[in-house]
Amino acid sequence: MDQIFEILIAGLLIAAGIFGIVGSFGLIKLPETMTRLHAPTKASTLGVGGVLVASMIYFFVFEGKLSWHELLITLFIFLTAPITANFIAKAYMHRNLTPKDMPESNTARGWATYEDEAETQEPLMTKPKRP
Amino acid sequence: MLRKIFPHPYLTILLIIIWMLLVNQLKLGSFIFAIFLATIIPIFTAPYWPDRPILRNPMAMLGYLAVVIYDIIKSNFIVAGIVLFKPNSQLKTAWVTVPLDLRTPEAITVLAGTITMTPGTVTADMSGCGRALLVHCLHAPDPDAVRDEIKTRYEARLMRIFE
Repeated sequence: MDQIFEILIAGLLIAAGIFGIVGSFGLIKLPETMTRLHAPTKASTLGVGGVLVASMIYFFVFEGKLSWHELLITLFIFLTAPITANFIAKAYMHRNLTPKDMPESNTARGWATYEDEAETQEPLMTKPKRP
Repeated sequence: MLRKIFPHPYLTILLIIIWMLLVNQLKLGSFIFAIFLATIIPIFTAPYWPDRPILRNPMAMLGYLAVVIYDIIKSNFIVAGIVLFKPNSQLKTAWVTVPLDLRTPEAITVLAGTITMTPGTVTADMSGCGRALLVHCLHAPDPDAVRDEIKTRYEARLMRIFE
């Protein structure tokens, strides 16, 4: 019985390692910053996820206790990864691209990154209700 | 009265859960301390959060989470395949404009985060008025299909949860 779990954990760790390597390789191989952004935000999610699931199974089966830290790590990755990607994308747009390289926003105003600071105004969103 | 003690009920619940996960043990002592922290932190930070999102349908969150996790796993394989087997010259990158029907900032934030975590797309920017998102696709032979998928698969679900 133990051996089944050992094989399962080892398999998860190997799969996670492969995804980690592919993510890092994508960083070298892809041609420019915007495409490079895709490799680490995706391929490594499963890399980290695999290690965390393996860790949870290990502690549950061999140490006999449920470990919840892995869920927290997943939560924090999901919160931080998109924001980092967004900031890198914005910085890149600012330095290397002009509004002409972008598609039209088809709305009243252009993309926020290129807006003139002097005319900054509140976005037109519904305000959440006050209690 | 209850509003005064718990200005942000969802935040209180979330803080209790996170504290219990951090402690990693189900003990009465840490649970009481979790309740203590989850009560005073929202009270002291309430001035920074004058408004709050309304969740119209909190249970639909779970369904949305399942869809997103499935898509993340799928996207990992797709992106890994593109990185390993597609020559750079064959990559068709594209910028896509996604018009938004969502109007609350929280819902738009969740949508933008979801787009970044799922198949070959990264949210790069929002239009100044908050009515459109700029999305970069790693490999999109048909950019319109990407836009339609985002609108039907994620945005429609978020509409049901938040608005």
